[in-house]
Amino acid sequence: MKLFVNGKEIEVPASAMQKRIVEFLREDLDLTGAKNACDVGACGACTILVNDEPCRICIKLVKDFAGARILTIEGMAASDGTLHPLQQAFLDCGAIQCGYCTPGMVLTAHAFLLKNPRPTREQIRQAIFKNLCRCTGYQQIIDAVEKAAPHYLSVASGILPDVEDGILPSGPASDISKRTELATPRPPGRMPGSTAGQRPAAT
Amino acid sequence: MSQPETKCWRNDDYAKVTGKAKFTDDLKFANVLHAAPAYSDFVHARIVSIDTSAAEKVSGVVRVLTANDVPGVNRFGQIIRDYRIFADDKIRYHGDVVAIVVAETRVIAIHAAQLVKVNAEPLPAVLDPEAAMLPDSPLVHENHGSNIVNTHIVRRGNVEDGFKQADFVIEENFQTQTVEHAYMETEAAVCVPRSTDGVIEVYGSMQHPFSTRRFVAACLGIALSEVEVIGTPMGGGFGGKDDTAAIVCARTALAAKLLNRPVKMVYRRDWSMRESYKRHPYRVHYKMGVTKAGRITAVQCRIVADGGAYCSVTPWVTWRSTVQCCGPYVVENIHCDTFGVYTNNVVAGAMRGFGSPQMNFVIEQMVEIAAQRVGISGIEFRRRNMVRQGSVTITGQKLDGHKVAMDQALDTVLREIDYEKKLARCAHGKGDADELYGIGVAMSYRGVSLGAEGVDFCAAIINAQADGSIFLETGIHENGQGSESAMSLICAEELGVDVNRIRYRRSSTSNIPDSGTTVASRGTIMGGGSVTLAARELKKKIAEALCEKLHCAADEVRFKDNFICGKADADRIAFADAMRQMWAMQKFPFALGTFKAPRVSWDEHTGQGDAYFTWVYGCQAVELTVNKRTGKVKLLNAVAAHDMGRAVNPEMVRGQIYGGMAMSAGYGLHEEVKAPGGKMTTLNLNTYRIPRSMDLPEMKVIIIENPDPVSPTGAKSIGEPANEILAPAIANAVFNATGNRHFSLPIRLGALPEPTACEEGCR
Repeated sequence: MKLFVNGKEIEVPASAMQKRIVEFLREDLDLTGAKNACDVGACGACTILVNDEPCRICIKLVKDFAGARILTIEGMAASDGTLHPLQQAFLDCGAIQCGYCTPGMVLTAHAFLLKNPRPTREQIRQAIFKNLCRCTGYQQIIDAVEKAAPHYLSVASGILPDVEDGILPSGPASDISKRTELATPRPPGRMPGSTAGQRPAAT
Repeated sequence: MSQPETKCWRNDDYAKVTGKAKFTDDLKFANVLHAAPAYSDFVHARIVSIDTSAAEKVSGVVRVLTANDVPGVNRFGQIIRDYRIFADDKIRYHGDVVAIVVAETRVIAIHAAQLVKVNAEPLPAVLDPEAAMLPDSPLVHENHGSNIVNTHIVRRGNVEDGFKQADFVIEENFQTQTVEHAYMETEAAVCVPRSTDGVIEVYGSMQHPFSTRRFVAACLGIALSEVEVIGTPMGGGFGGKDDTAAIVCARTALAAKLLNRPVKMVYRRDWSMRESYKRHPYRVHYKMGVTKAGRITAVQCRIVADGGAYCSVTPWVTWRSTVQCCGPYVVENIHCDTFGVYTNNVVAGAMRGFGSPQMNFVIEQMVEIAAQRVGISGIEFRRRNMVRQGSVTITGQKLDGHKVAMDQALDTVLREIDYEKKLARCAHGKGDADELYGIGVAMSYRGVSLGAEGVDFCAAIINAQADGSIFLETGIHENGQGSESAMSLICAEELGVDVNRIRYRRSSTSNIPDSGTTVASRGTIMGGGSVTLAARELKKKIAEALCEKLHCAADEVRFKDNFICGKADADRIAFADAMRQMWAMQKFPFALGTFKAPRVSWDEHTGQGDAYFTWVYGCQAVELTVNKRTGKVKLLNAVAAHDMGRAVNPEMVRGQIYGGMAMSAGYGLHEEVKAPGGKMTTLNLNTYRIPRSMDLPEMKVIIIENPDPVSPTGAKSIGEPANEILAPAIANAVFNATGNRHFSLPIRLGALPEPTACEEGCR
């Protein structure tokens, strides 16, 4: 069985098929951004994107993901470390405190903005409904999603390419047959010329 | 309603937004073992024996540890040493741990832990705190002689005279519920025996590294220097990661020490909910005398706090409740009796607010009830009684030396939300519409930091390098609130350098002096104070070393824009060059700063004294609708104004307030730990309902800055003040919407359905 994780093809050993996928990602692939905070699918801290749809993976098994295209938080930033505009908006708006919900929250918001780049604040509130945050009261998270939305609009209207190699993001694609195109690593987007980026080193 | 664009600065946000931040469970060590706790199904019972044989036989189990395996001390507590690492003589609540199972995998450990059998003689469970106080009650701790953990009083003036002067006497009973911190990250620890020197390294999710170190060292019977607690990103604490989190670390360290292998124990949510201490449920009888002119003449109150099975910090929590039992109002005749009580319920301890959310729920409704009796508005009643510059508190403390900003906070909120106009629109249970509209307000003052609770001082180390980069470290712990960022900003400002020059050093109990716990909203004032003093010390050293080259006296040297400057503009040295020169002169650009809290006083026989060295002031208001048919409350809008002295990192200050309001909304409307017969049934986030995005309104925060002279930075506190008044504001708004008062939390209205979990994915 194969998985496509952050643009990389992963051959899943048979021994891992019955594992919970959250444990497979965290332990076998060392992708520890997805957090395991409730084990019952109630909190959203384990959210990843599966074929562009948010999925809470603490209650799901590896075998259920055959051929799936998975995006984890580790795949959001560009390969050079430049943050995706949505991630940068989280920084700019003070949307991060303890950071435990952040990976799931960013990915949920990313999937939402891909579908709806012109959201109202109420729609954003609805979109992140399944992700719990105990620190922020969600206000600055909603600010951040709202701030990043115009970027997705630019991408959707073709003004700006979303990704470095110019491939536009596909819409919600539960269709596994599309997976072949995903064998090519596809770093997620960033705005060309964006000053958004890595925390500068001490000077 | 987004806030104006302001850049927020955090030193850890890049790591957190990319998933690179490594929390405790994310840490990997070779050859690691996994541990899981074993509970019993008793609530109160005398232990006869603990049978670990079945668990030990499971393939993959390495060892099962009980109280018998503790080489040092098994009993802990910051005040009374009654909290067990492992239950030894009795089971005192359903969350008592009797053993941990250490195994090659987590799955095996969890499986085997269920096979640990406890043989015990059941005892009658003490579940009602009032009954627990009666002389014939069974005792939770026989050697304590009583179930009363502690008492506090306030006596001032003469309440009998005060009630005689009153035209109205109002008497009500209030009750608050048990609530859980619900930090997103559960308790977790990885302990690693260091092969080179045998030191036990502790990585864990805890907000008091120093008490963790004390617990671990005492449990293992080793010196403090043989334990190193290393700062690890933490997924929230809210006061909840002190005792229980430290005990989880101690159990894990015990396994690591005895087995000489790294051991990881990450709490499952149901263990965390079952075992970890909670916010105290309170019962409060409150009697207030008021005159026709709307003046409070006397208050008599009796406060009973259910502390659960162990003392934890119950005496300190109830002390704050006692000191602040009249809210921000001047009351000359006061008689307050407070009791902290042992029961066989879940342990209660520190939670954001620390005894104030319960009392503010009482007080901020009492003033509205009193105002209604007098026939004036709640706002007018507050204005006639609230503390102002130079007022004397119920404990005899004169409020001066800082700006008493109660009126400023109140006025700011009323203006922003347009309170008076909207108050006129409230339904009071009348009208044909299904949705009943209401607006409510609440305000508070709060003593800053620990007050007369205990020792209160903090250290910071600034260590500048020869290239001008700077290491900073403090005794304050990063709980997720952004303390490291605030400390870095304070340091940069004081030294006149760019903040990106500062590297906040990963904290270690082996490097920085024990600066107490990061609780009581003391991080910014105590840590920031010590950073400022360290920076001033460093500047003095630099100035003395370089003033000659700058052609001025040492006290004329200025630090700005990454330069060290003399009097003339031309006389300046770049910070990096200056550091290089310091090294060439064999002078370390290194400084230790120590900030000690100013003196406080307390007479426990009268309940009088200068309880806190300074105070903060805040006010919040909320608009909501109540659906007449369903009882569903919808929050429409909330506004907060807080004076925290100075906002070091404004966007993070807003974050504290938004988050505090959200948590208080949950306290008001949704959250409740249920434990029929002492056995908890709300064991996960699908049944314990913390606010989701859709439960909350748009919120507006107004920062009021009156820099406080006693704080070296001018900054005070915000974490807890933000979390202590939205629930009573909601209660007042619900009253204005429905015409009904609610005296217990959470507020449940009419046909309000049971909270439902998220519709998808939950079990």
